[in-house]
Amino acid sequence: MIEARGLTKRYGSTVAVDRLEFEVRPGVVTGFLGPNGSGKSTTMRMILGLDEPDAGDVRIGGRRYRELGWPLREVGALLEARAFHPGRSARSHLRALARGNGVPDRRVEEVLGAVGLADVGRRRAGAFSLGMAQRLGVAAALLGDPGVLLFDEPVNGLDPEGIRWIRDLMRGLAAEGRTVFVSSHLISEIALTAEHLVVIGRGRLLADTSVAELSARSTSLEDAFFELTRDSAEYRGDPAVQGGDLGAPRRGGMS
Amino acid sequence: MTTATWESRAPAGHYRFRHVARMEWTKLWSLRSTWWTLAITFAGAVGMAVVVGANTKNASGDLTNNALAGVIPGMLTIGVLGVLVMTGEYSSGAIRSTLAAVPNRRLLLAAKTAVYGGSVLAVGEAGAFLAFLAGGAALPARVPPPSLGQPGVLRAVVLTGVGLCLIGLLGLGIGAIVRHTAAAIAVLVGGVFVVAQFIVMIARPVIGYVPITIVGSSLGAVQPQGDARHHILSPWSGLAVLCLYAAVVLGAGAWLLVRRDA
Ligand SMILES: Nc1ncnc2c1ncn2[C@@H]1O[C@H](COP(=O)(O)OP(=O)(O)OP(=O)(O)O)[C@@H](O)[C@H]1O
Ligand SMILES: [Mg+2]
Repeated sequence: MIEARGLTKRYGSTVAVDRLEFEVRPGVVTGFLGPNGSGKSTTMRMILGLDEPDAGDVRIGGRRYRELGWPLREVGALLEARAFHPGRSARSHLRALARGNGVPDRRVEEVLGAVGLADVGRRRAGAFSLGMAQRLGVAAALLGDPGVLLFDEPVNGLDPEGIRWIRDLMRGLAAEGRTVFVSSHLISEIALTAEHLVVIGRGRLLADTSVAELSARSTSLEDAFFELTRDSAEYRGDPAVQGGDLGAPRRGGMS
Repeated sequence: MTTATWESRAPAGHYRFRHVARMEWTKLWSLRSTWWTLAITFAGAVGMAVVVGANTKNASGDLTNNALAGVIPGMLTIGVLGVLVMTGEYSSGAIRSTLAAVPNRRLLLAAKTAVYGGSVLAVGEAGAFLAFLAGGAALPARVPPPSLGQPGVLRAVVLTGVGLCLIGLLGLGIGAIVRHTAAAIAVLVGGVFVVAQFIVMIARPVIGYVPITIVGSSLGAVQPQGDARHHILSPWSGLAVLCLYAAVVLGAGAWLLVRRDA
């Protein structure tokens, strides 16, 4: 169970997260949706205690992240960006984390196998493709066999098989009674994975509802999402710019 | 759909310093750059001692200090490696994994300090002793080599290794404050090496307080020119000042580490 209460984060004059309130319940996959720059990654970092909220707080099973006894055995996270040193092997990276939380070394081999990196565990992680790096992040999240899992854009860089694999993984974890919180841009992907949704725009809560309920509000989940976030999308392309005539040099040279 | 209820599998208790130290130990020694840097430092110290020893003409001067001269360039490599222990985490994003495993940031920096400091102390002492022995062995036959039994010699050798360790910790602390590799290395090199050159020109009396002078002329000297005329600190004052630098920089690093977003 993750609970955010009045969660607020500012970066200078930008309010990245604005008095956010939500609960992520165990047993189902909860999707975390919002346009670019709406504060999803910032919220994830605050859950992990990496960024300090300016107001409010977020708790995991009633405790702040820094109060957890063995953090990796209670919360596992795949973050947006690569979170390992490129010069270290995948195995060494995981071993270091495991030892920091009293997880036995053999668990490292288990998770390397589980994410399909057993054969490349000795290789420098810096040479990994985006998809392999993502798998290493998943391995780190699973390392402590935690009851709460956070995934920030997990399908980033994964091939179709990898996408299906991570979808089944997340659903399986939730079915075991764990709390699974996953952010994504891909609404169709979230529709297949999540049962519950937290939707934000410009750092504010727009909806905290089930996928079925939100889909029923419009012709599709995607349309419902666009209606919900219409006023809060900050970085939206201007359709008028399409079809502009760049690069088609006219006869007669520059004019 | 019926779902199971999750029972936490985490044992009772809390991660401790020893867990964090094991983590940091694994991290430090699983990077090839650590092995390279320390090997180069070690080889440089011993190699220079041999060259200096072989070119010694007579027994005048501080032969022990001469044999330890190769440790001075090692200050740069060990200091830079100290910077990288911290900044490498930020440039790669690994800091987020690290802090997710160990949210207690003070404990994290303490473990890094112990693991890196201990490792560099071992390498520094081994390098200083081997440089001393190799430098003595390389002296021409007519020049009697210094022995560890002579007054001040053992102290000079031991404190040189300690000095190298403190420079490494200075680098670690600067890395925690500055966080960007290039900028942190610039601060380290500027503060430890370059400032010394300017100080010689403009403010001679503070030359004794510059880290490079402390390691080279206070800690590593058998007969330090501990007089007001040369502005060189005595070995023990030099050690105290260097410890103070490392403590202040690490303290500031810890203060910022706790307060800043990762
Ligand atoms: N470290 C930071 N310093 C300054 N501004 C930041 C920082 N991190 C995030 N922001 C700003 O906060 C806002 C929210 O960013 P965040 O990365 O949380 O969004 P997001 O929902 O994860 O976006 P995306 O879908 O593109 O990943 C953005 O306006 C971003 O520019
Ligand atoms: Mg994001």
